[in-house]
Amino acid sequence: MLAQIKKKIKSSDIYKSIFRHGYEDTQRNRALMVVDNVFLHLHPVRVSRHAVNYGYTWGMGGISFLLFIILTITGVILMFYYRPAAEYAYEDMKYLMNDVPFGALIRNMHRWSAHLMVITVMLHMFRVFLTGSYKPPRQFNWVIGVILLLLTFLLSFTGYLLPWDQLAIWAVTVGTNMARATPFLGHQGPFGPELGMRPDNDIRFLLLGGTQVGPPALLRFYVLHCIFLPLVTAIFLAVHFWRVRKDGGISGPAPKKI
Amino acid sequence: MHNLLKILGNPDNFPIIILLFTVYGFFIYSMKKAKRNDERGVPYEADETDKVQVWPYLVRVEFIAAIAVMVFVLLWSIAFDAPLEEPANPTLTPNPSKAPWYFLGLQEMLVYFDPWIAGVLLPGLIIIGLMAIPYIDINPKGNGYYTFKERKWAITIFAFGFLVLWVLLIFVGTFFRGPGWNFFWPWEEWDPHKVVAITNVDLTELFGIPTYNPNGALNPIASILGGVVVIGYYAILMPLGWLWLKRKMPDFAEKFGLTRYIVTSYLFLTMIALPIKMILRWTLNVKYVWVTPWFNV
Ligand code: HEM
Repeated sequence: MLAQIKKKIKSSDIYKSIFRHGYEDTQRNRALMVVDNVFLHLHPVRVSRHAVNYGYTWGMGGISFLLFIILTITGVILMFYYRPAAEYAYEDMKYLMNDVPFGALIRNMHRWSAHLMVITVMLHMFRVFLTGSYKPPRQFNWVIGVILLLLTFLLSFTGYLLPWDQLAIWAVTVGTNMARATPFLGHQGPFGPELGMRPDNDIRFLLLGGTQVGPPALLRFYVLHCIFLPLVTAIFLAVHFWRVRKDGGISGPAPKKI
Repeated sequence: MHNLLKILGNPDNFPIIILLFTVYGFFIYSMKKAKRNDERGVPYEADETDKVQVWPYLVRVEFIAAIAVMVFVLLWSIAFDAPLEEPANPTLTPNPSKAPWYFLGLQEMLVYFDPWIAGVLLPGLIIIGLMAIPYIDINPKGNGYYTFKERKWAITIFAFGFLVLWVLLIFVGTFFRGPGWNFFWPWEEWDPHKVVAITNVDLTELFGIPTYNPNGALNPIASILGGVVVIGYYAILMPLGWLWLKRKMPDFAEKFGLTRYIVTSYLFLTMIALPIKMILRWTLNVKYVWVTPWFNV
């Protein structure tokens, strides 16, 4: 009975239009599993044996990407409950933590995954360095990686402000105070005053939309955090993965000459 | 002791503990692998250059890793709530106010340099320097396997920058900095009223040349001398290094080229300037090496 239903489903037009093949254990089918799947086809069909070895890559690039996905999903859920205005932001956080079903869990996952992603990206960079994987032909992918590192920091930093609590505004104040000291462009930086920089027209003002971390800064950081930076990161990630493939897959020693 | 527990118990500091263990753990692990490869002559990775199918050999690893990470994040999120403090209050400055943990290294540099250097110039150079690495390091060896012997310089310099100047300073910023960004032992109570006598002097003052004249104006001699020291640091060491390289390793110098050398040595000397300034501060209480009307170094 069950077997019959199964067979019926499997031979229906709908099923066949979605899943093109089963799990037969043949070379050809295994290759098709990868190429026919939009998510898996990021991979080549075959990779060298050492590249699968956990001890070689530490899996940190892949884990960073996984965390980016977790952050996107939990982030979207948080956006349903959060309003980036100074009078609501903190209240919405409280509401999330105390009243929304699983709200605290989602927020915690978002927070801790973000921390973890900063760590895994740094570890990934360290591994790439130690295996010399930035050497030809992968030089440019390393440069893209550095941009991704920077984007990861910026994503984390802009997100830090959104809870709108004491921790948030003061950590961001410490961070953005640096911008005051930018040479030429900050009102406390070398040659800044000489060029007419004041607290209300320098680069920090541009960043915060005010002379201190206030409601306009919250809105700016929110837009950067939820729209601009994730989009840019996704684009650079696409390029990064593409280049990994085009540069011949995971780095490895030159194949032995026979 | 109470304070140490408080720092350790702060859920926002847990990532730093993970960071310390994983970074140093992975470093030891990879150096072990490097040693094995170096002793053997042929890297172990070279035994495994044959191909395997992605389905299932890679996909299954990814799948298991993904599940492990998700379980870990889930358990962590169930166990610890993300902090939510008092509502933002621009009139109430907490002491200490710390940047997010991954920027604590930069905040720590503020002790030794003015914000335009610690907060703008050095972070910019870190990014540029990282991007420059593939174009600076022209050693073709050590591509795609763990080794130390074949890349001694590259690994030593990078490990110093990353493990000491970046990660260790994050650790210091978390565990050893309290109110007023003063130094506290991790087990010491944070005393917001701790007064640290500021006895810092400028480098020229150590040689009896005051930075400011009695009428408060900047002493041009001190300013010029300071400039000589800072510019001389680059202007003398950079050519010296180049001559040394040409004498000792003429073939390498030829291949490396002058442009690459100038970029590399500038980045390297700037990186080393940080520990130099730190040591000057600890031993001689040096505040500034070079004071000018526009900026101080
Ligand atoms: C958002 C952050 C990042 C993500 C999600 C990411 C993802 C990945 C993935 C999945 C791979 C495949 C190999 C592996 O898993 O190790 C990879 C390879 C690579 N990544 Fe990244 N990466 C990121 C940041 C970086 C950074 C910061 C750098 C360096 C500064 C970098 C440089 C490279 C290079 C050179 C490769 C090729 C390595 C090889 O062939 O062995 N990436 N990346």
